[in-house]
Amino acid sequence: MSGLKAAGLRLGLNGRAILGGVDVSFARGEVSAVIGPNGAGKSTLLACLAGLRRPDDGTVDLDDADIRRLSPRARARRMGFLPQTPEIAWSVDVETLVGLGRTPFVGALGLGAADREAVARALAATDMTGMSQRVVTTLSGGERARALIARALAGEPDWLLADEPMTGLDPGHQLDAADLFRKMAADGRGVVVTLHDLSLAARVADKIVVLAGGRVLADGRPAEALTPQVLAEAYGIEARVVAGAGGPVVEIVGRRG
Amino acid sequence: MKRPPPPLIWGALIAAIGLLALVSLAAGKVWVPFSAWAAPGADPRWAIIFELRLPRTVLAVVVGGALGLCGAALQGYTRNPLADPSALGVSSMASLGAVLTLYFGLTASTPWLLPAGAMVGAAIGVAVLLALSNTASSIATFILAGMVLNTMAGAGVALALSLAPNPWAVNEIVNWLLGSLTDRSVEEVRLALPFVAVGCGVLLTLGRDLDALTLGETGARSVGVRMDRVRLLLGLGVGLAAGTCVAVTGVIGFVGLITPHLMRPLVGARPGALLIPSALAGAVVVLAGDVAVRLIPSAGEVKLSVAMAAIGGPFFLALLVSMRRRMA
Repeated sequence: MSGLKAAGLRLGLNGRAILGGVDVSFARGEVSAVIGPNGAGKSTLLACLAGLRRPDDGTVDLDDADIRRLSPRARARRMGFLPQTPEIAWSVDVETLVGLGRTPFVGALGLGAADREAVARALAATDMTGMSQRVVTTLSGGERARALIARALAGEPDWLLADEPMTGLDPGHQLDAADLFRKMAADGRGVVVTLHDLSLAARVADKIVVLAGGRVLADGRPAEALTPQVLAEAYGIEARVVAGAGGPVVEIVGRRG
Repeated sequence: MKRPPPPLIWGALIAAIGLLALVSLAAGKVWVPFSAWAAPGADPRWAIIFELRLPRTVLAVVVGGALGLCGAALQGYTRNPLADPSALGVSSMASLGAVLTLYFGLTASTPWLLPAGAMVGAAIGVAVLLALSNTASSIATFILAGMVLNTMAGAGVALALSLAPNPWAVNEIVNWLLGSLTDRSVEEVRLALPFVAVGCGVLLTLGRDLDALTLGETGARSVGVRMDRVRLLLGLGVGLAAGTCVAVTGVIGFVGLITPHLMRPLVGARPGALLIPSALAGAVVVLAGDVAVRLIPSAGEVKLSVAMAAIGGPFFLALLVSMRRRMA
C-alpha cells in the first residue's frame, strides 16, 4: 500500500530524546497536520520523513521504498520539502526561485519547456504569476512565503512536506494555502504540514498527529485527536473544540492549573 | 529587470580579454610597436614578446580566470558575498608551503620546489578543511575551518619571517608574498595550466548545485543536492585552481572577492550563471591590473597584488556602502 510510513523513529541529541519511538503513517489523498508544543519534535519528525535527517533508529518508507535506499535526486522528485526557516540567499527573481524546485529534473542545460510550464503552474497555483519578475528581496513576508510554497510545488511531487508553511500568511492567504493543500490531496498527492494554529489544523487536515515530548500523543481524525484531554496533556492548556461557521474552532480557555 | 543574454556578456568579456592581451604584449619598459610583430625572428624585440610578455599575458588570463571562478564558486557555496580562496585558507596555506621552501633556502638550487611547496600547502589546506567540515557539515563550520587555517598559516609565515636565517631569505619571502606576474616564463605556464584547467573544470560542474544552495543547505538537500559531493568537488576544484595560482604568482587578493560582485547584477544573481562571467571578468581584471603596473612610472615595478589592493579596496568599500544603502 502506498503511503508515507515511519516505524520506531528514535533520535537523540546530546543525551536528550528528540524522538522517542514514533510510529506514524500518512496516506495519499489526505492532508495531514502534525501539531504539538514547541520542542515536541515536529520539525525533526518532518526532516526524518523527508529523508533529510537520519534517525538513530527506525525506518521511513516512502510508497513502500525505504527512503534511505532512494538516491537524493529520486527522493526529491517524489517529495517536496519546505523547511521551517527557509533561506533565500541571493536577490534572484521569483521565477528563478520557483525554478529551483525543478532541480531534481534538470540536467546541465538548465530548465526545459516542461520545466517552465511546471514553474508557471506553480506560480499560478500560489497567485504569484504577476510577481514572477519581482526580485525576492522586494517581496512582503506573505508574498515570500507564497513564493517558497510555489518553489516546493514546482517539482509537482507526490508528497509535500511543509514545516509551518502558514506562518507569516494573513488569514486570506492562509485559507488560499489550505485550499491549495486540499486540492493537492484531491489530486491523489499526500500533504503533511506542521502547524501551530489548532483551528487551522482542524479545518485543513483530514488527519492530525499530536506530538509531545517526542512521542505520539494522539493520531486520528481531527475530532478524535483534538480532545480537551489531549490538548491539556500536550500544551498544558484548557481548550475545547466548538463548531464554528466554517468548521471546527479550537477555543482556548486558558492555562491549565 | 532587463538583463543582457549570457552570450552577449561572455562575448564582451572575451573581446575585452583579447584587446587587453594585445596591449599586454606591447606594453612595458620597452614598448613594442605592432610593426615589430610582423617580422618574427628578424626583430630582437620578438624575444621580449615571446619569452617574457607572452607567458606573462597567458598567466594573467589563467590566474585571473581561476581566481574569479574560485571566488564565484565559494561565494555561491557559502552564500557569503565576502568569501574567496583566501577566506577558505587555501591561498594562505599554499603561501605557507612556498614560504617554507624559501625559508630553508631550497629554491636557489631547485627552483621548482617553490611551486611544489605551494601546491602541497594548498592540498594540506583542502584536506584539513574537508576533514574538519565533514563531521558537522554546516556552512558555518566550513568558514570557521577556513578561518582557523588562515590564522595558522599566517602565524607560520610570520614565524618563518622572524626566524629567517639571513636578510636575503626575508627579502625573498617578502618579495614572493607580494604577488606579481613579473618575469614568469613558459615553464610556469606549463606548470599551472593543467592543474588550473582541471580545477576550473571541476568547479564548472557545480553550477546547478550552487543554484540550489540559494535555498540554504536544507533546501538544497531537499531538492536532491548531495552536499558531501558538492563539498568534495568544491575543495578539489578550489585547491587545484587557487593553489596553483598562488604557486606561480603568489597571493593576488581581491580578484576572487570582487569579480563576482561586478558580474552578479548582470546575471540576475543566480550563482550558477555567475561562474563563467566571473572567470572571464577575473581574467580581464588581472590582465588590466598587470598592464597598469607596467605603465605606472616608478623606479621598480609596482607589485600586482599591491596595485590590485589599491584599486580594489576603495572600489569594494564603495560597493559595500551602496549595498548597505539598498538594504536599509
